[in-house]
Amino acid sequence: MLHVEVWRGAEAGQFQPFAVPRRPNQTVLDVVTEIQREQDPTLSYRFACRVGMCGSCAMIVNGRPRWTCRTRTADAAAIDGRLRLEPLRNLTVVKDLAVDMAAFFDKWKAARGFFEPGNAIPDDFAVVKPESDARQAAEEGIECIGCGICHSACDVVAWDDAYLGPAGLNRAWTLMNDVRDRAQAERLDAVAGTSGCHACHTHMSCTTYCPKAIAPTYAIAGLKRAVVKRAIRRR
Amino acid sequence: MQFGFVAALLHRLSGIALAIFVPFHFLALATTLNGANALDNFLSVTNDPLVKLSETGLVGALALHMALGLRVLAIEFLGVRERTGAAVSACIGFGFVLGLSFLLNAG
Amino acid sequence: MTSTLFLLQRASAAVLAVAVAVHLATIVFAVRGGLTAGEVLARTHGNAGYLAFYAMFVAAVAVHGPIGLRNVLREWLGWRGRACDTALAVFALALFALGLRAVIALYLA
Repeated sequence: MLHVEVWRGAEAGQFQPFAVPRRPNQTVLDVVTEIQREQDPTLSYRFACRVGMCGSCAMIVNGRPRWTCRTRTADAAAIDGRLRLEPLRNLTVVKDLAVDMAAFFDKWKAARGFFEPGNAIPDDFAVVKPESDARQAAEEGIECIGCGICHSACDVVAWDDAYLGPAGLNRAWTLMNDVRDRAQAERLDAVAGTSGCHACHTHMSCTTYCPKAIAPTYAIAGLKRAVVKRAIRRR
Repeated sequence: MQFGFVAALLHRLSGIALAIFVPFHFLALATTLNGANALDNFLSVTNDPLVKLSETGLVGALALHMALGLRVLAIEFLGVRERTGAAVSACIGFGFVLGLSFLLNAG
Repeated sequence: MTSTLFLLQRASAAVLAVAVAVHLATIVFAVRGGLTAGEVLARTHGNAGYLAFYAMFVAAVAVHGPIGLRNVLREWLGWRGRACDTALAVFALALFALGLRAVIALYLA
C-alpha cells in the first residue's frame, strides 16, 4: 500500500492523505490518476501524452521536480511507501497540482527566446553546418519542451521575481547560435539586463533535474561570455 | 542537498564572513601607525586558543571562497564541464587543507 | 546584477585569484610559531613591490566584496534600489580607504 499525501487548494491549502495499492510498473502518474478516478474526482492535475514527451505532468514528488509519467513508484516510494505530491514551485498554483504556466512563458519571451527571421527574404538557403561549434551548442539545448521543471528547481527564480530563468535563457542561447536568426543584438540586450543571465549563481539545480538532460547552466555561461565579449568590444 | 547548491551556499557564507572580517583586519594592521609595539600588542591577543581557532576558520574560509570562485570562473569563462561532486569536494578539501596547515604551523 | 557590475566582479575575482594565492602561501608558509610585528615589518618596510602588490589587492577587494554583498542583500533580504547601492558604494570606499591606510602603515613603519 502506498501512503500518498497530495496538496489540495491553491497557495493556501493542506495535504490530503490517500492510500493507493502498489501495482507492477506503476508510475506516479498512475497513482494520481487512480486517486482522481476512483477516490476523489475533485482532484485537479495535468497530464497529456503519459509517455515522457510533452512535459505536462511535471510536479514535485518527494521534494524533487519530475515528470510523474516517468517516475516509477518502485523508485520514488522505494523505502517507506510514502509519496508527497506538490505542484511545481515558483509558479502560481491554480488548483491542487496544476500551476499557471503564463509567468514561465512570459519570462521566456522576455529573454527573447523566440526565432526572428528578419524582414528581408534571403537569396538562398541558409548554410547550417552540423559540425560547427555554433550548431553543436544549439543542438545541446533545442530538445527543451518547456515543462517548467528547471524553473521550479531554480533558487534564483525563487529569490528574484524578475530573474528570466533557466528555460528562457537556455532557449536564448540556442538562438544565439542559430546562424539564421536576425535579432542577435536585441537578444543580447534582453539577457544582459539586471536579473538576466548574470543573476545565475551556478547552483546547477536546473541541470540536475532536467528530464531531457539539457544543461541550462552551461548555456547561461555561454550567454555570460557573449555579453562580456560585447562589453569588451565596445570599449 | 545537491553539490551545486552546497557549493553556492558555502561560497556565499564564506564571502559574507570575509566581508565582515576584512575591515577589522585593515584596522588591526593600521595600528602600526602608532608604532611597531602597537601592532605587537594587538598580535599578542591572537595567541589565545579561541582566537587561533577563529583565524583557522578564516584562513579556511578564504581558501574555500577562492577555490569555489575559481570553479565558477572555469565554468563561466573556460566552458568547463565538470563532474560537480568531484569538483566541489576538491574545493572543500582545499579549504580544509589550508585551514589545517595554518593551524599546525601557527604553533 | 547589471553586466557592468558582473564584469567588475569577475575581473576583480581574477586579480584576487593571484593575490589570495600569494597571501595564503605567505600565511601558511611564513607564519611559524606565532606572528610578530617584527616579522611582518621586515617584509613590508620600505618594500615598493609589497606596496604595489597589496595596493592592487586592496583595490580588488574593495570592488569584489561589495558587489558580492549586493547580490546577497538583494536575494536574501529583498533589499534593492538606490539606498542599498549607495550604502554599498560607501562601504566600498571605506574598504579602499582603510585598506590603503593599512598597507601604507606597514610600508612606512
